[in-house]
Order: sequence, then C-alpha cells, then structure tokens
Amino acid sequence: MITINAVKKATLGELALSILMALMAIGSIFIASKAQSPEYAFHAYLFASSSVAAVFLIISRYYDRPAATPPQTIEGKPNYNMGPVKFATLAALFWGIAGFTVGLYVALELAYPILNLDLPWFSFGRLRPLHTSAVIFAFGGNVLLATSFYVVQRTSRARLAGDLSPWFVILGYNFFILIAGTGYLLGITQSKEYAEPEWYADLWLTVVWVVYLFVFLATLAKRNEPHIYVANWFYLAFIVTIAVLHLGNNAAIPISLFSSKSYIVWSGVQDAMVQWWYGHNAVGFFLTAGFLAIMYYFIPKRAERPVYSYRLSIIHFWALIFMYIWAGPHHLHYTALPDWAQTLGMTFSIMLWMPSWGGMINGLMTLSGAWDKLRTDPVLRMLVVSVAFYGMSTFEGPMMSIKAVNSLSHYTDWTIGHVHSGALGWVGYVSFGAIYCLVPWLWNKRELYSLKLVNWHFWISTIGIVFYITAMWVAGIMQGLMWRAYTALGFLEYSFIETTEALHPMYVIRALGGGLFLIGALIMVFNIFMTIRAPAAQSQRVAFVPAE
Amino acid sequence: MTNPSPHPRSLWVRHQVFEKNSIILLIGILIAISIGGLVEVVPLFYLKSTIEKVDGIRPLTPLELAGRNIYVREGCYNCHSQMVRPLRDEVERYGHYSLAAESMYDHPFQWGSKRTGPDLARVGGKYSDDWHRDHLRNPRSVVPASIMPGYPFLETTLLSVNFIAEDLSVLATEGVPYSSDMIVNALSDIKTQGSADDQATAAFLKRYPKATIRDLGGNLGRLTEADALITYLQQLGTQVDFKLYDDKANIR
Repeated sequence: MITINAVKKATLGELALSILMALMAIGSIFIASKAQSPEYAFHAYLFASSSVAAVFLIISRYYDRPAATPPQTIEGKPNYNMGPVKFATLAALFWGIAGFTVGLYVALELAYPILNLDLPWFSFGRLRPLHTSAVIFAFGGNVLLATSFYVVQRTSRARLAGDLSPWFVILGYNFFILIAGTGYLLGITQSKEYAEPEWYADLWLTVVWVVYLFVFLATLAKRNEPHIYVANWFYLAFIVTIAVLHLGNNAAIPISLFSSKSYIVWSGVQDAMVQWWYGHNAVGFFLTAGFLAIMYYFIPKRAERPVYSYRLSIIHFWALIFMYIWAGPHHLHYTALPDWAQTLGMTFSIMLWMPSWGGMINGLMTLSGAWDKLRTDPVLRMLVVSVAFYGMSTFEGPMMSIKAVNSLSHYTDWTIGHVHSGALGWVGYVSFGAIYCLVPWLWNKRELYSLKLVNWHFWISTIGIVFYITAMWVAGIMQGLMWRAYTALGFLEYSFIETTEALHPMYVIRALGGGLFLIGALIMVFNIFMTIRAPAAQSQRVAFVPAE
Repeated sequence: MTNPSPHPRSLWVRHQVFEKNSIILLIGILIAISIGGLVEVVPLFYLKSTIEKVDGIRPLTPLELAGRNIYVREGCYNCHSQMVRPLRDEVERYGHYSLAAESMYDHPFQWGSKRTGPDLARVGGKYSDDWHRDHLRNPRSVVPASIMPGYPFLETTLLSVNFIAEDLSVLATEGVPYSSDMIVNALSDIKTQGSADDQATAAFLKRYPKATIRDLGGNLGRLTEADALITYLQQLGTQVDFKLYDDKANIR
C-alpha cells in the first residue's frame, strides 16, 4: 500500500536549489562576458561550470534515490547521515597534503630564493597566502566541518538536519577554497592576512556559512538528549563568531560588479585594529574553539573515560570566548595604534593563559586512570600530545604579548615558530588523531590498517616539529637581537641584509622540519587509504553472521 | 565525573538554561564575544586622539594608487612592514616612527606583521628610480645576499589604468578626500605624473601638492607596472615634513 502510493516527487529543496544554481550559472556567464580582467572572467566561468555541475548532480541524485526521503531512524536507532562527513574527511586529507607541500616549498624559497623562478605564480608573496589558507581554511576547515557534522549527530542522537543542505555546505565550502586558492596564484587578493579572498569569494562564503549555522542549529533542535554536549558549545561558538568576524573584517566595496578589485571600507589604524580583531580570533575561534570541540569529543571517546570535570568545561568555555576577543591588539604593539588599546590587548592576552590551561587540564586529566593507554595506542598519544602542544603555545602566546618581549619578537621568525607550534603540534595533531578515529567508524572498519604506521607518523612529525620550532626560536631571537645591537661607538652593528644572511642555516633546518612533517602526513594518507580498502567489519545490523 | 547534587539555585544548575536551549546558548555566545570587540574598535572611530593632526597628508595620486595596487597584488606585505616603531634602533635604521595619520587613507592598511625584508614605511627617496628598477628585476644584482623574489615581469607588463577613475570614486565613497576634479582627471594625471614635460603639471601639483613628477617616457601606452610600483614606493613616508612636526603636541 505504502510503496504504491510513494510517487517520486522532487522535494522543495531540490527544486529551489537547482533553480538557484541555474540562475547563478546564467548570471556568472553574463559577468564573465563583461569581466574587466581575464582572471576575473576565469573565476566567473568557474562559478558557472560549478553551478551547472551542481544542477546536474541534483538531478542525477533525484533519479537515483528511492521515492521516500531517508528515514530519521531505522529500527529505533538514528539513521545518521555520514556521506558529507566522509567527503569532508577525504577533502581534509587532500588539502592537508597540498597545504603542507606548498608550505615546504615557500620555506625552501626563503632558503633558496632562486625557487621563486622569477614568475608571478611562484613568488613568495603569492604562495605564502596559498599555504596559510590551504592549511588553516582548507585542511582545518574540512576537519571542522567533518567532525562537527559527526559529533553533533552522535551527541544529539539525531540525523543531520536537511537533505541537500549538508552537501551544499561541504561542497560550497570546498568551492570557496578553490576560488580563494586560484585567486592568490592569479594575484587576486585584498592583502589582509588570513582574509585575502576578494569580495565575491567572501559573499559566497557568507552564504555557505549561514547554511552551515542553520544545519547545525536545526540538528541540535532535533536532539534526543536533554543537554547540548560540551563539544557542541565550542562548535557553535566557532561557527557564530567566525561569521561575525568574517563580516566585520571583509566589509568592502567592489569597484564594479565586473571587477575582482574592491576596497576595504576601513582604513589605516582602524583597519589595523579590525584586521587583528579578526586575525587573532581566527586563531581563537577557528583554530582553538573548533579544535577544542574535537578535544572534548574524541579524547574521552578514545580514552573511554568521561571528561575530567564538567564544571571546569563550563568555566573554560565562557572564560575562553569572552577573553579571546580582546587579545587582538597584541599584534600591534608599539605601532600607531593608541596605547590604551595596546594595553588592553596585552592585559587580556595574559589573562587568557588561565582559561587556556584550564582547557588543557580538562583534556589531559580526562586520561586519569587510562594513562597506560598512551603506551599501546598511538592515536590517543597523538591526541594527548596535541593538548600538550596547546598548553605550550598558549603559554608562549601570553608571554610574547608582553610589550617588552614583543618589542624583540615582533616582525621576526619567533612569531612564525610560535604559530607553528600551535598549528603543527596542536591543530595538526588533534586533527590527525580525530581522522584516525573517524575513518574506521565512518567506513565501518574494525581498526586502522596499521597502528605501527601511526607510530611512525607520530615520531617522524614530532621530530619535524621540534626542528621547526627550535630553528624559528633561534632565528627570531637572533635576528631581533641583531637588529638592536650597537657597536661600542654607538652605531647600529648590523645592516639589515647581514641579519638576513645569518638566518640561512635556520631556514634550511626549518624546511627539513617541514619536510619531515609532510612525510608523516603522507604515511597517514597511505594508512587511511589502506584502511578504507580493507573489507568491512561485520556490522551489528547485518541479519545473518557468516561462520568464522 | 558525576557532581554531588548541587543546590537547586546554584549557578551550576542555572547554567542548564544554556545547556538545554541552543538559541539561548547562541545569544549568550553573541553577548560574550561582542563586548571586547566593541570596547576596542568603536572608540577608535570617535576619539580625536586616535589620529594625529599633521600637515602634508594627501591621498595618493592615481599613478601611486595604481602602484599600490601592484604592491597589494604581489603580496609585498608578507615580507615588508610599513610601520616604524618608536624604538631607538628602528628610528635610527628607518627614520621617524610612523604616525597613524600617515596611513589614514590606506584601504586596506599595509603595516604588515613580518620583516623578512626591511621596513618600507620611509623607503621613499632613499634609492634612485634606477636602483629600484634593477632591484625589482633582479634583487641580487644590487644586494647579493637578498632573498627577495625577482619581479622581471613587472617591467614587461603594461600598466592597466582603464578603470582608475572607478578606483578613486570608490575610495572617495569610503572617505578618502578625492574630489570630483581628481576623479575626472584621474587618467590624464597618470600621464602627467609619468612625463617630465607636460603642460598640465601645474594643475596636477595643485591637486596633489609635492607629488614628484617622474620621467617615465610620458607615453601612457608604455607605462609599465614597474613604473607605477616605483612611483608608489618613492613617496612612502615622504608626505610629513618631520623638521616641522611637533611630536609633543600629539602625545596620546
């Protein structure tokens, strides 16, 4: 009876999205035909062809799917939607390798400038934003999308809200990455650090991000648990705050609908403050709050222990998000930013040490009674070491925000080293740990292909990180001291170029460290590939069990 | 960890309102993250002490602006700061510390965050145009140990200036004092600034006082991206006359 009545009909979402995408294709072709530069026309054609591909995908998916939309539950258990999670996990691996490779290349450019090849597309000024965006937004972003969609479903015991919208978020976000990355290579940038994409890429990201927020909130609304789990507070803070920062920092007026060029509405000192309000909180909410959510789900899960203290997580959450937002001016010490703002920024940066370590303690102490697992489980070891790196860089950060220290460290490679102890050690390792956990769960495998390879990955990249950050400490402190060195007669002792020359050995060691980190990541990709290829573990839902 | 059941009116119990309603949690987050940003950003727009009162600051000429857009496009800010800090060694190495007023028309600001190369806030006039030309083509021809990329393509790429008036009018909308006179003459001002013997020089200098006229061939169709970039670099840090600047008057 039911099957006869189930006439297949396109859902409202399928109709609306395919019409919108078709309109976008037409609009993009129109813009491409009048574009003021070939680079912008290329991007308009990318928009057009991707919109056409989206319409095609929606239609072919419609013909392939059963008449009824997927049920919310199967036999009383939530029917989780893991397709988008799988895609984002694989995208994270792809972009991770791409971003680490570009990072290694730009590191080598600083040691051997001939690698710039005298070509615009290979010059450091264009490749460095490609590296930072690829690792932060492409790799990190996909890890956050994958884990947030996974965690919100599992901890709410509900299927992800929406049918097409989760796919729109994942694919739309990766399309934004494509536009941003190709734009940098072609010289399309607004030259604001970590916010380089131009106005049209920013508008597209805004649309994607609003849908992301709605999918996340709607899934929470469907939850079958009375409480919203701690990890989801952090994910929500990450999503909401990034939206606010993105809109505030990227307020710009394009010179024409047919031009990629725009001018930021803020200028000079105000723009500097807005930029580092954004920039520091991209660290605070993208690279910290989002990944803390990963810590709060994956460490308890892997250690099979509850979170150490629920009350500490409440304090950690509110203190962290309240204080982080103030810390931006420490990027502008001794600049033309008024002193009162610098002092506020420094004060809150130092106070921020406390909630940061509160979170670290909460993560580490979750292992109480399970510390022995560090010997046998390299995935858990990776997760725990990531929290240790988090603790280290959240001590170093407040220290560097002290004006006296900053007068030495600012403008030097010490900052680069600090960023990388956080990025490689904390964000990188917590992401790798989460991916190592996720893949067997998502593809229904008993375990990873090889824990031994995880061990190799762990040790090779740990040695890489140590090379990297020690080289940058030495480089930064040395150059800072050389800049301010005086001769006995009271003259500056070194010309600028002498300080550059002195850095060469450190730049080589840094590239070596980055290379080791990349090798570790390649081992991970091989391991994940072999895990996915392995035969599936017996699912508990399978009706008959073959003899073993 | 299970907590001993707390008093029903304790904060831990009251906190459940956030844990059980995603919209209340969302509003709580928005309030928590708004305070710091508002306190630090908003006063910068109305406190008069934020930007010093200085004579000599003018908007960039159209040719300098075109050069600045090349600077932005190539990502020069990744390695060069434009912000001299009031520290003894920096003032001796680069010149007078930077004033907020000197970047008040910069959309966006280019203070930078890293000195892989030296600060450029006061590079204007320190080297000749020819030095810059050689240096951009092959940095190691003039500074053997330099690790800067070579930019030989800048002097072989013609400057695209067709939309320079649009650039000026958008900046005018955003508060840069470009008059309608400046916008109308944007294209011809590029020609004027790029040629040594142009009739329109007087009118141009009235619009952009103390701008330097450069002998770049004078043929609008032959101006290169390198010409524009060098014109931009040569004015950096030269607008304020620090012999006349009274830093005591602007103590903040």
